[in-house]
Amino acid sequence: MANIKLSAEKLDELKAICKSFKNDKGELINVLHKAQGLFGYLPAEVQEVIAKELSVSVAHVYGVVSFYSFFTMLPKGEYPVSICLGTACYVRGAEKVIDEFKRILNINVGETSPDGKFSLACLRCVGACGLAPVVLVGEKVYGRVAPDGVKDIVAEYTK
Amino acid sequence: METVKITIDNKVIEVAKGTTILKAAKEAGIHIPTLCYLHLRDLNIENKPAGCRICVVEVEGRRNLAPACVTECLDGMVINTHNIRVLNSRKTVLELILSDHPTDCLICAKNGDCELQTMAQEFGVRKIHYEGEQSTYREDTSPAIIRDVDKCIMCRRCEMMCNEVQTVGVLSAVNRGFMSVVAPAFEMNLDHSECTYCGQCVAVCPTGALTEVDHTNQVIRALADPTKTVVVQTAPAVRAALGEEFGMEPGTLVTGKLAAALRRLGFNYVFDTDFAADLTIMEEGTELLDRLTRHLNGDKDVPLPILTSCCPGWVNFFEHQFPDMRDIPSTARSPQQMFGAIAKTYFAEKIGVKRDDMVVVSIMPCLAKKYECQREEFATDGNPDVDFSISTRELAHLIKQSNINFNDLEDEDFDNPLGESTGAAVIFGTTGGVIEAAVRTAYEVHTGKKLEKVDFEELRGMDFIREATIDFNGLPIRIGIAHGLGNARKLLQDIKDGKSSFHAIEIMACPGGCIGGGGQPLHHGDSSILKARQKAIYREDAGKTIRKSHENPYIIQLYEEFLGKPMSEKSHHLLHTHYFDKSKEIKVVE
Repeated sequence: MANIKLSAEKLDELKAICKSFKNDKGELINVLHKAQGLFGYLPAEVQEVIAKELSVSVAHVYGVVSFYSFFTMLPKGEYPVSICLGTACYVRGAEKVIDEFKRILNINVGETSPDGKFSLACLRCVGACGLAPVVLVGEKVYGRVAPDGVKDIVAEYTK
Repeated sequence: METVKITIDNKVIEVAKGTTILKAAKEAGIHIPTLCYLHLRDLNIENKPAGCRICVVEVEGRRNLAPACVTECLDGMVINTHNIRVLNSRKTVLELILSDHPTDCLICAKNGDCELQTMAQEFGVRKIHYEGEQSTYREDTSPAIIRDVDKCIMCRRCEMMCNEVQTVGVLSAVNRGFMSVVAPAFEMNLDHSECTYCGQCVAVCPTGALTEVDHTNQVIRALADPTKTVVVQTAPAVRAALGEEFGMEPGTLVTGKLAAALRRLGFNYVFDTDFAADLTIMEEGTELLDRLTRHLNGDKDVPLPILTSCCPGWVNFFEHQFPDMRDIPSTARSPQQMFGAIAKTYFAEKIGVKRDDMVVVSIMPCLAKKYECQREEFATDGNPDVDFSISTRELAHLIKQSNINFNDLEDEDFDNPLGESTGAAVIFGTTGGVIEAAVRTAYEVHTGKKLEKVDFEELRGMDFIREATIDFNGLPIRIGIAHGLGNARKLLQDIKDGKSSFHAIEIMACPGGCIGGGGQPLHHGDSSILKARQKAIYREDAGKTIRKSHENPYIIQLYEEFLGKPMSEKSHHLLHTHYFDKSKEIKVVE
């Protein structure tokens, strides 16, 4: 049986979030949204606390978390890498760019590197089709990314 | 009552406003096939997610077919339940469900007892026109229940039972679309979750997605081992239901045939859990009176109400959910476990067999018993008091496999000295029975007077929460009864909030009590079967000459020869237990 560990400060903030929604189980999605904002992701411990505060089963909370792709149980990396898979980027070789990122960072799409520095995700069209293929690292946009340019992008963050 | 008039299959009928098409059809004698829908009428339990789309019907003026289970009848509605369009759609829906279902019926545990299989037969499916990816998931084996969700059709019955009826909350639909499954939180295995193994999910699963762990082979191996003395005990609820697996009407008592079949199977001694139920009453009744007397004498610390503790699903429930109240239930072990403890000491000594050479098997209506007999505290030097527990269903299979013609067996009796039981013992099988048995003994012991009438009708019934006050010769004793863990939770919460005025509460995890256990022949949604089984239990009780546990001559003998008296040191060591805190703790770290 899991024993849950959270820092006292974060635990209080989390409980305050639940309280701000009157611990109403109908507000589960809003509570999860705010909690993810606080923690960056939704680890098991946080889901257990929310379940208790809102008087729902943790299985139900997990059901909601696993349903929506926005909610994640994996911490995002310090530098979250998002590769656009919209039509223009796709036909201009986005897949090869993804493969190169996977190879260099040694993680799959949806995963975070063990040192917590990078995570890899795919996006739908971001609307910068003139710059295809497009890659975002955090808020920074890289345009016309070629597979052999990937290592330089990564190097910017591993200095 | 407001009504609406509808035309269904050219029949004009009037139904109450708000009635669904499915229920209206039933009133008109029209059968609409269903799959995910479940309605246990006598228990007021209904599952209607309208997910499977098998029960679709044509409603004039409505473009799409309507699911009958949730569509309400409107005045003037014209419905057709089986024209070509409807029949074709239903078959298509079924083929789509089957297109993502494993085709191993031949070796599936539900072969012959599967609602999906039966429907495929009835619909005459000969070819599945849809091909595609097969969803696969890992198989999850726990001490009592196996989850094979490749066979799940997302009917959500298990989720409904676990969340709404039992309020254990272990199961939920997770992920999305093709990847969706019903699983515990974080998709952990059942044995890491708060699952109580009550088995109600297994009792309602229409396919082979949720089944019991099968211990039949272990039992066969023990029977085939010439060095082992194999002893069997069988629970009261089994004799009221086993016949159903052999085509008999629900509610047929098969006690005599059961004993005969067990003997044919090769068990060395055919005993009765009911004997141990009488023993439980001796111990628990004494404990109840002890607490009551101390309370009446002014002791403010004595824990009341006393709660029954023979149900392992219930024990698991309060160990997980109300661990701070674990000194309130009785310390008495369950009849299954008391039997094992006595068989491997008192009886083994009597027949000169070493503990390690004796194998104790139990036949139970229950799946939690499989988990219970594995609990560490119920073993001596690693040798468990009860080695294996098999369900009513597994026993039926074992009998069929062994080429025994059950229906033609002559009635036989149980062996002695662990086979004699009273009417009080047999009513353990139904909700209200344990406490009624306890009252029959506690009354006579406390008041010193003989009961004129041993039937306590006020404790009987199917209502989920019942209460009664029994007059113990001027002393009013308040009794509470709950079945279904959700109702147990309500009573526990009352105790926690200091609102409970009961002296004793009987709790059974399964709706209906043990007769509705997770290991019983599947009712497939017909709750009248549970009522019939309950009637059979009381019928067996009424037919017995001895109906009070303390008058069982073999129980009296057991105390004289071996235990001394109830709650003696020996009784304490063999027949009592303590409970554990299994809750999750939110630990705060800096």
